[in-house]
Amino acid sequence: MVAHAEHIPHRSGLAAFLSRWLLTTNHKEIGSLYLWFAFLMFFIGGALAMGIRLELFIPGIQLIAPGFYNQLVTMHGLIMVFGAVMPAFVGLANWQIPLMIGAPDMALPRLNNFSFWILPFAFSILLSSFFMEGGAPNFGWTFYAPLSTTYGPDSTDFFVFGVHLMGISSVLGAINIMVTIFNLRTPGMTLMQMPLFVWTWLITAFLLITAIPVLAGAVTMVLTDRHFGTSFFSADGGGDPVLFQHIFWFFGHPEVYIMILPGFGIASQIIPTFARKKLFGYNSMVYATVSIAFLSYVVWGHHMFATGMPLAAELFFMFCTMLIAVPTGVKVFNWVATMWRGSMTFETPMLFAIAFVILFTIGGFSGLMLAMVPADFQYHDTYFVVAHFHYVLYPGAIFGTMAAVYYWLPKWSGHMVDEWWGKLHFWTAITFVNLTFFPMHFSGLAGMPRRIVDYSHQFQDFNLISSFGAMGLGLTQVLFLFIVIKTIRGGEPATDKVWESAEGLEWTIPSPAPLHTFETPPPWPISETEAHEGAA
Amino acid sequence: MLCVLAVGMFGFAYALVPLYAVFCEITGINGKTSGQSVELLETESDSGREIKVQFLARVGNGLPWEFRPATHQYRVKLGQTSITSFYARNRATYAVTGQAVPSISPGHTAEYVKKVECFCFNQQELEAGEETNMPVKFYISEELPDDVNTVTLSYTMFRAPARKPPTHMAMLSSKRI
Amino acid sequence: MISSTSRHARGLCTLLLLIVPQVVFAVELDMREGVTAMSQDIHWLHTVMLWVCIVIGIIVFGAMGYTIVAHRRSKHPEPANFHEHLGVEIVWTLIPVLILAVLAYPAAKMLSEIEDNSDAALTVLITGSQWKWHYQYLEHDIGFYSNLSTPREQINSCGGWLLADTFCELPDGDSAAGKAERDANEHYLLEVDNPLVLPSNRKVRFLTASNDVIHSWWVPDFAVKQDAIPGFINEAWTNVPKTGTYRGQCTELCGKDHAFMPVVVEVRTEDEFDQWIEDQRIAKELASGQAVADREKTWTLAELKSIGEGVYLANCATCHQPNGAGQGTTYPALDGGEIAIGPMAAHIDRVMNGKAGTEMQSWAPQLSDRDIAAVITYERNAWSNQPDDNIVQPLTIFEYR
Repeated sequence: MVAHAEHIPHRSGLAAFLSRWLLTTNHKEIGSLYLWFAFLMFFIGGALAMGIRLELFIPGIQLIAPGFYNQLVTMHGLIMVFGAVMPAFVGLANWQIPLMIGAPDMALPRLNNFSFWILPFAFSILLSSFFMEGGAPNFGWTFYAPLSTTYGPDSTDFFVFGVHLMGISSVLGAINIMVTIFNLRTPGMTLMQMPLFVWTWLITAFLLITAIPVLAGAVTMVLTDRHFGTSFFSADGGGDPVLFQHIFWFFGHPEVYIMILPGFGIASQIIPTFARKKLFGYNSMVYATVSIAFLSYVVWGHHMFATGMPLAAELFFMFCTMLIAVPTGVKVFNWVATMWRGSMTFETPMLFAIAFVILFTIGGFSGLMLAMVPADFQYHDTYFVVAHFHYVLYPGAIFGTMAAVYYWLPKWSGHMVDEWWGKLHFWTAITFVNLTFFPMHFSGLAGMPRRIVDYSHQFQDFNLISSFGAMGLGLTQVLFLFIVIKTIRGGEPATDKVWESAEGLEWTIPSPAPLHTFETPPPWPISETEAHEGAA
Repeated sequence: MLCVLAVGMFGFAYALVPLYAVFCEITGINGKTSGQSVELLETESDSGREIKVQFLARVGNGLPWEFRPATHQYRVKLGQTSITSFYARNRATYAVTGQAVPSISPGHTAEYVKKVECFCFNQQELEAGEETNMPVKFYISEELPDDVNTVTLSYTMFRAPARKPPTHMAMLSSKRI
Repeated sequence: MISSTSRHARGLCTLLLLIVPQVVFAVELDMREGVTAMSQDIHWLHTVMLWVCIVIGIIVFGAMGYTIVAHRRSKHPEPANFHEHLGVEIVWTLIPVLILAVLAYPAAKMLSEIEDNSDAALTVLITGSQWKWHYQYLEHDIGFYSNLSTPREQINSCGGWLLADTFCELPDGDSAAGKAERDANEHYLLEVDNPLVLPSNRKVRFLTASNDVIHSWWVPDFAVKQDAIPGFINEAWTNVPKTGTYRGQCTELCGKDHAFMPVVVEVRTEDEFDQWIEDQRIAKELASGQAVADREKTWTLAELKSIGEGVYLANCATCHQPNGAGQGTTYPALDGGEIAIGPMAAHIDRVMNGKAGTEMQSWAPQLSDRDIAAVITYERNAWSNQPDDNIVQPLTIFEYR
């Protein structure tokens, strides 16, 4: 990811290094910064998860006091969602969107720099709360009132500030991406000719711009309830704690799709390449993504079935939620149809993409089960839910990101990934991911509530397996770090096209990608003779 | 333009607050009752069916009061005015002000419970050791859905802040809940 | 939930669907079937959903598996060239819609049944607070708290790691013995001092409320899960046909000891239940007689201290710690604490009425005069505390009430 350093005039010293990375406005460098930042957060969030799973190995409290356990649960969620998955996708967008639409850079390069450099501050503030009197936020990443308002620790205010900064970063990033896509496509490229990764990101950007400010509103109300005498969420002042959940999930459900739509885009790029066949049903893929995004705004109530909702609202949210299965199903069918009668090879990115489709679909199945309100009364707030969203997020969002890194890393670094190591990573990751999260379905069905520090004997076996799997899963990702560094430092040189039947503008430039590309817009559509001329 | 959208959505989050309040008032989904008293019935109906009404009294943390309903439950006819009372006593050695927050279950019946008079419309100040019986005068509309045969009126007594800050509800709709 | 005429048809369906998974999986892998009609209906819905998902999964993953094997380059070197087919795309949009419509129908019907709280014979108000449940029988004027009864020694094994050290300072903390006891305890973390007692075959209406944060009351075997929300009340109901003991837990994160507020329900026959209500009434009278005797007596410091230590460990130590050191600013230290060595009146006020906006709750309704007097006396004499007015009699507490 830093292999294009040789294109910079050689300077030495810390000051030069700092000023380069602090002040860069280059989409590739900022993309790398985002990705490394996400990687760091992924390891921090992962370390917290290891703490959680270590405590849950066997019944009884061995390592972690209950209060601290709640802090781990909260920070694991916040860091993985806002620190790992979202920045990773923004990083991929930064690297790839200009390359895929033939733009010289992002439309607003300085804003791009700003929106990245907010993040380290946001998360330093958030993480520093671990060292404060009273500890880190301990109310779950969903920070339900009044646990986060009246009963929250002092560090809640730092959490609020951190979330605000993170939100500003996301919204600015989304604006930048949207403006880039609308204005900087190479002449001739219509919206319906854009690669699907670009399409899914365009829709994600819309979701970000509309959902994140609602989160900002929610945390601001938490802040004013805590310190400025308002009573949005407390009954004694005329407010309502359930109102908090409505506002939070009005943001929260689109957020779920913010974390998965780019993954859909990645799978839609990778599968056709390795099936050597065009993506099946491009138009229906686009329409399905748009309808998923739209529906994501009218299903928030399905997180709140146990709060005493009236029958009519329960039915409405149940039907809308079930409807989401339809466009999601269309996507899965399209991927299978893309593979159908192709001529497939199974390099590491393809393996991750296929695992993405299969495991995400399993997460979708449990999602469908959760949508049925009567059954949800039994599933709600148990490990079944934990299993569900980890299946959607780990093999979904995170495997999607990994697939993307394996797919585009040769273009970024100029070196092919060592397939032996890549496949080792894949097979260990997929084994441990299932070992960790599949038993959680069973502990949930057996009746284990989520977010508990200790449990009774009946859940013992499943937790033992989950904890064992989690330890393995943690180690596996160290392997991923090793592979990424190894590939950046050297390896078999990548050709410009990298993958035999890859299509798209990003494959017309040299590998590694030079710092500046497409300074003159490349011709569109790509013809064989014109390929390789786009590079500046 | 997109910035405007982002700012607009931030505003929308706040708009959700009154929207939710209005929505709840129309549908009664969270069991909140109207903060306004209604006029006495002009004609008492005698034909209404009878249902069971239950009363609950609860005390929030930090309020040194004893607070309980005079009766836990009785049967009333729909459309007939009924009076019950709640007993409260301040066991502290200083004056304390309390504010009762009402809630009705099932939530959707809130709109049929008409309160003519209720201690929950105002704050209650009790001197050290003072005790009081606070009345609730209400009737239940004859339009109450047929499948409801028990309605529960619950009051949670919270300690009122020394200086009462304006609540968002008060600011937005100038109405105490 | 479904009318009796269609119950037979459904029964057949159920039979087929139930037998297969029980053969395929060990029983404990499946959702708990429970004992009420509602929980069994939900289990049926869950099973149907599971099989719909499994069948769709087999078809989709089967197709994928087939294509992965058959259309790899070594076997299928020339890729086909199709990338659109309107007919197929319409079909695979419509089929899921149909499946969902069929599934939505029983779910919606079941739901309207779940929400029908009418005609209950008994109403129980369930109030959550950090971290215990309180049950009140509205028709019978009986109410009591239900606390976890698993001893702390079983929970805390003290691995010697820094983070759990606060738990190791138990008066008789012996982690090895604790672990052995824990492993032998069949109902570890799922046992309480006073279970909720319900009659079988009567419709019971639950009202849920909360004193502090949101809790959620769940008994899997009844399929009743209802949030307890501060300031509002929610409803649910059940009708349990079988006597027995049923266990569940709080399912909404409610702070530090969220894992330690179980629900235990004892379902007895109607006669036994009526007898139990009568016993409770008598017990209440006896207790009030005892309370009169307690406050007429003048207690010695040693007597109150020894009772108070037990009360303290059972109710206060989870936050303030057995050694009175507290935990940070959230749970202030009592050893040398402002309240514990300050004026007696303020100490009584804090214990009896709690502190708004914190986990410190009002103990006046939870403990007897004697216990409050004892625990205050204990706190004022334990550790390094030695204030001048170091003893309070139950009579003073009674007068304060």
